[in-house]
Order: sequence, then structure tokens, then C-alpha cells
Amino acid sequence: MTKKLLLGDEAIALGAIHAGLSGVYAYPGTPSTEITEFIQGNALAKERGIHSHWSTNEKTAMEAALGMSYAGKRALVCMKHVGMNVCADAFINSAITGVNGGLIVLAADDPSMHSSQNEQDSRFYGKFAMIPVFEPSNQQEAYDMMSTAFDLSEKLKEPVLMRIVTRLAHSRAAVEVKEPKKENNFCPATDNAHWVLLPGNAKRNYNDLIGKQGAMQEASEQSAYNKLESRVDGKKLGVIACGIGYNYVREAIGDSMNVLKVSQYPLPAKAIEQLATMSDALLVVEDGQPVVEEDVKALLGKGYTVKGRLTGDLPRTGELTPDSVGAALGKESSIAYSTAKNLAGRPPQLCQGCGHRDVYGALREIIDEYPDARVFGDIGCYTLGALPPFKALASCVDMGASITMAKGAADAGLRPAIAVIGDSTFTHSGMTGLLDAINENSSITVIISDNLTTGMTGGQDSAGTNKYEAICLGLGMNPDHLHVVTPLPKNIPAIAQLIRDEIAYEGVSVIIPRRECIQTAARHARERKSAAK
Amino acid sequence: MKKDIILCGVGGQGILSIATIIGEASTEAGLYLKQAEVHGMSQRGGDVQSNLRLSTDPIWSDLIPLGETNVIISMEPMEALRYLPYLSKQGTIVTSSKPFVNIPNYPEESELMAELDSMPSVVKLDIESVAKDAGNARGANMVLLGMAAPYIEILSVEQLRKAISVIFARKGEAVVEANLKAFDCGVAASQA
Repeated sequence: MTKKLLLGDEAIALGAIHAGLSGVYAYPGTPSTEITEFIQGNALAKERGIHSHWSTNEKTAMEAALGMSYAGKRALVCMKHVGMNVCADAFINSAITGVNGGLIVLAADDPSMHSSQNEQDSRFYGKFAMIPVFEPSNQQEAYDMMSTAFDLSEKLKEPVLMRIVTRLAHSRAAVEVKEPKKENNFCPATDNAHWVLLPGNAKRNYNDLIGKQGAMQEASEQSAYNKLESRVDGKKLGVIACGIGYNYVREAIGDSMNVLKVSQYPLPAKAIEQLATMSDALLVVEDGQPVVEEDVKALLGKGYTVKGRLTGDLPRTGELTPDSVGAALGKESSIAYSTAKNLAGRPPQLCQGCGHRDVYGALREIIDEYPDARVFGDIGCYTLGALPPFKALASCVDMGASITMAKGAADAGLRPAIAVIGDSTFTHSGMTGLLDAINENSSITVIISDNLTTGMTGGQDSAGTNKYEAICLGLGMNPDHLHVVTPLPKNIPAIAQLIRDEIAYEGVSVIIPRRECIQTAARHARERKSAAK
Repeated sequence: MKKDIILCGVGGQGILSIATIIGEASTEAGLYLKQAEVHGMSQRGGDVQSNLRLSTDPIWSDLIPLGETNVIISMEPMEALRYLPYLSKQGTIVTSSKPFVNIPNYPEESELMAELDSMPSVVKLDIESVAKDAGNARGANMVLLGMAAPYIEILSVEQLRKAISVIFARKGEAVVEANLKAFDCGVAASQA
């Protein structure tokens, strides 16, 4: 038996490879990025030719993974939680088509919003699509579950959702690994009626999906990952501990309470009823939103006390901690020192020498000159332009919203309406919005700040590199209002002047400041140096 | 035995290399290990930390509870103070003494140092100067690891040295030697 020290993300990646994966499809997003990166660097994955190229967005990833499943192979699609919103159309409908080869959809949730704009809980998506959900409690389970989840997916002929959280994704522990399985044989689906979602077919498939709910329920009741740990007699507080919540419970109380560990959904209702009978009240410990708490309340009825995030026994927001769970279970804190006096926040900032800095240098001038100007921002390193010293952004909502919000505001009469979007975000979800603006000749100035990479997640390939002018022209941009500039401190005055000229134009302008991310530039220089040796 | 360690600093200072070495040494020693890292946005000049839990028995939580950290190992003095509520009563702070000032409201240095010095167990050193004097300007994190080594206890100084050799082996003998030298300077400073 081999032991490896792996991040939760890496355990998932290796678990997938060893379960006979043929392709991973993903768009980078914290805390999911390392899964695909691990597969890209894995020797067996290379030897087997496992697909691991980045996708343009989560929807293209989801659909490609479904296509690989259609062809009979095992496929994995990975994303951060908000990526589920982007691929939701394909995701929900993949439960209606069902799958051929095993298909796992991995969503990495970010409670506490370490690197995100919300705390949405992907387990809701599992319920919404009516498919099984796995939620590993540790790195070993993350590894082991990939094989179990692929098997279940192929048995039920349905996709399976794997939900993790930041603290598992980015925490390392030793994992015992097994012998790799073979990949599935190429074996495309032939049952067109299942895959062509015309209403007649879809109605039949939907009834099939509903018919499978009993089997999903049974799989949860029998699952080795759901375990009722009965340790003490006497009717006391019982605990339902989901995913990594289980670890915080064991940290706090050791063996001193009755605990139902939950790592597979739909909820094991029989085990919950059994625990309820043994206990005088239940505490639900779950990271994210109170998904299970609501269901357990509904299951046990009004007369039974169910505590959790909704009742305030655990904080309503933010990730669980050993301290919040310990407090809910009556553990005394051993805190010895209070918060230091000489302490200041140290927010992240754009790197010194980063091209985005020079873009914001120019934009700051514009904002100072035009009090009515609004700069609509987007998702990436350049969102940090909202912070001092630039304080340039009026908004940042979701991938691509800069262009479309600027358009809507311009439609309402706002001038100057400026959008700032990164190169990778533009190809992810900005192109369609630009087409809307071009079709209506909206008076907006779009800045595609091109650093030739997907910077914030650590410098992954960006889908549109070297194609931005062609993409804009292809969408119908007037070439007279399409400009490429080099964002350097010495060029700030010229860039500011160009923005002034373009905001005077009543139509769509696109300015592309282009200079490689200094982090990837340094990495590429090191690679060239070591290649030359 | 169980040792809970918080590694901290500012994004880019190399705390993850320290974590990797302790991880390697722990694995080699057959210890249980959990190491929670921070990736993503906060790496860019912001505060970063890693929770390292080493134990002879299985470990549950990836995160260290408040008041249970045995050693705070920090590349920056104010960052060491950030985790005070996590430090156990008998815990030790091992830190660089040199502020990294990239924010406008950085605390007054003398008051910051006075607060650090008021803690029962503190080891601090200008690790960058020590690394430079040892001829390895980029080895400040290894100096810091050396300073912390006697407090990690669950791993011996020798086990950590060996892990440094393993981790840096693919970069060549010279790099291994330079890092070991920086580490040894840290050990010596800590025991002085």
C-alpha cells in the first residue's frame, strides 16, 4: 500500500485517474483549480492521454464531459461553486438525458468566501437535479469516493455531484492509494430517445429519473460513507455531522456522543430517524448553508428539536471552525491570548509591476476628470482595482457582467460607461455581451486587460490568447474603435488620452492593454533558462 | 504527542516551502499530518497562513482550535501577532523581526516589538540579514525554520535537516548545502 501526502483537490484528481478517468474538463476557479492541474502533471494521465486541457467556461466543460460520457468513457468536470450557475443548464439537463460512461460533476464550495462573491451551497444543485451527492469528510474519502461515485453513476446511469469545501480542497493529509483501474472502452450511446430531449422523450426520461430516486435513497442508506456511530446510552443531544463538519465534531467531543456521519445524499432518512429516537434533540453540523437542517426539520416534524445554523446554535454565515462547532457542543475554549493591539489588515493587492496597475493608473485619471463616469468591473486579479490606491470600480458581480452592466447603464443614459474585463473572463462570458452592445451600437468603452493568462488562479492558459482583435472584429467591431496598447507606467498618459477620445464616441469602443502577467513572465523566463541548460 | 503549528507571513515570502519540508519530515517519521493552506486571492501581497498539525495519533480537524497552537512560525512580526488568539498559554512565537510594510496603516514598529516582547516565549531574529550573511539571500525561510526547529519537538533537528536535503535534491547539491547552512544558522541563533 502506497501513502501519498495530498491536497484534497489532488486526492480527487488521483482518485479519478485511478478510477479509470478518460477526461477532465474545467475552467480554473479557487478552490477547484488544483484538481485539473494535478491531472495535467500526472505521469499516468499523460501516458494514457487523459484529456485535461482547460475549457473556455464551465458550461463548455460540462457539455464536453457529457459528450465524453456519451461516448462511454468516464469523465470529470470541475469548478468552483459559482461555476455551477454557469453550467446549470447543461448540468440539470444531464440528469434528464442520463449518462453512458460515469460522469462526476465536482463543485468546490467556498464558505467564508475566501476567494468568492457568495457562499452558495452546491448540495442544493444536487437536490435540484435529483441526483446523488457525495461530500467527503477527508482526503482519503475524497480519493476513495471517486471510484465509488463513478460506479454509482454508471449503475444508475445518472451524473453524480461531488461537493467539497475550501478547507478540504486546500488541506493536505496522507492518502493510501490503490492500483489504477483501466479506462472504459469506447462505446457510444445508441439510445437516441434518451439523448434527444424533445418534450416527448424528456417527459419519459424525467419519469425515469423520478423512478430512480428510490435506488438513490437506498444507496445512501447502505453507503459506507454514512455511518451511525452509537456510543452512549441515555437520551441526550445527537449530532448529524456532514462532510468535514464530522472532523470538527470529533475534535470537540471525541467519542462522547452519538453521531450520524453523513457523506452521501439523498439524506439517509432511516438513520436520521434512528438517531432521533436515541436522542432528545439533534444538532446538525454542516459547512455551507442549512440544507440538511431544513430537511431534517421536515423529516422529524414540528415536535422534535433540531438545532443548527437556523437556530443560531452555529453561526448562520461563514465556514465552520473547530471553535464554532466546539461551542455548539459545549466544549470550553482554551483561548489564552486576546487579539493583538498592534495589528492591521493586510488585503491582497496587485503585484508591483503588473500591467493592470497601469490600466488603473489611466482609469483613475478619467474618473477624476469625469464625475459621472462609472467603471464596471469583473472577476479576476483586476477586481483589486476596487481597493486603494485605485478605488476605481463601481461594480463586480459575476463573470462577464462588466460589459453587459455597462451596456444596460448606458441604455439608461449613463455616460461615460466603462467596462474592465480580463482576457480570460472575456472569452469565458464577455463575448456574447459585447455582441449585444455592438448590435445596438451602445455607447460603452470596453477595456479588455489582456495579461495572456488566467492570472488570479495562478496562471493557467487563457482560451483566447492571440485572438482578441480577431474575436472583436468577428463580432462586428468597427476597426477604427478597436485599439491595442501596452500598459506600462510611461504609457499611462497616452492610454488615458485614448480612453478620453473613445468615451467621446457614441458607440462601442474596445481598448486592449496587453502585457504578460509578471508572475507567468517570470515563470516562463525560469523555464527557458532551465531548458537552455 | 501532538504539535500544532501556524506558519504565517505575507504572500510570496515562502511559507509554503517551510510547510513542505515539515510535511516531508513528518511523513518520513510516520507521523499523522494535516496541513491546511491558503491559496488564491490572498497570496498577492496579503496575509497568508498555514495550519500544520502533527501527531502520533490520528488528527480530526484540519484547522487548529483557538488557544491550542504550540508554535507560531512567522516570516513577519505583525503577522505573528495576527494569530495570538490561536496560541496556547505555553506556546512559543518564532518570528522574523523585520517588518514587511506594504500597507499605509502598518503599526508603530516600537509598539509592535514591545507587544511581541511582552509574550512569555518569543524568539525573533532578522532572518534576512542572517541569510545574507550565510551567503543565501533567498534562504530567510530556512533560517526561520532552523530557529523554530528546537520548538517543533515532535521532529528532531536532524529529521528536518534530512527533509531539506530531500526537498531541494532536484535543484542540485549547491542549493541543498546553501539551505542547510541557512537552517543551521537559524538553529544556532535559537539556541544562543
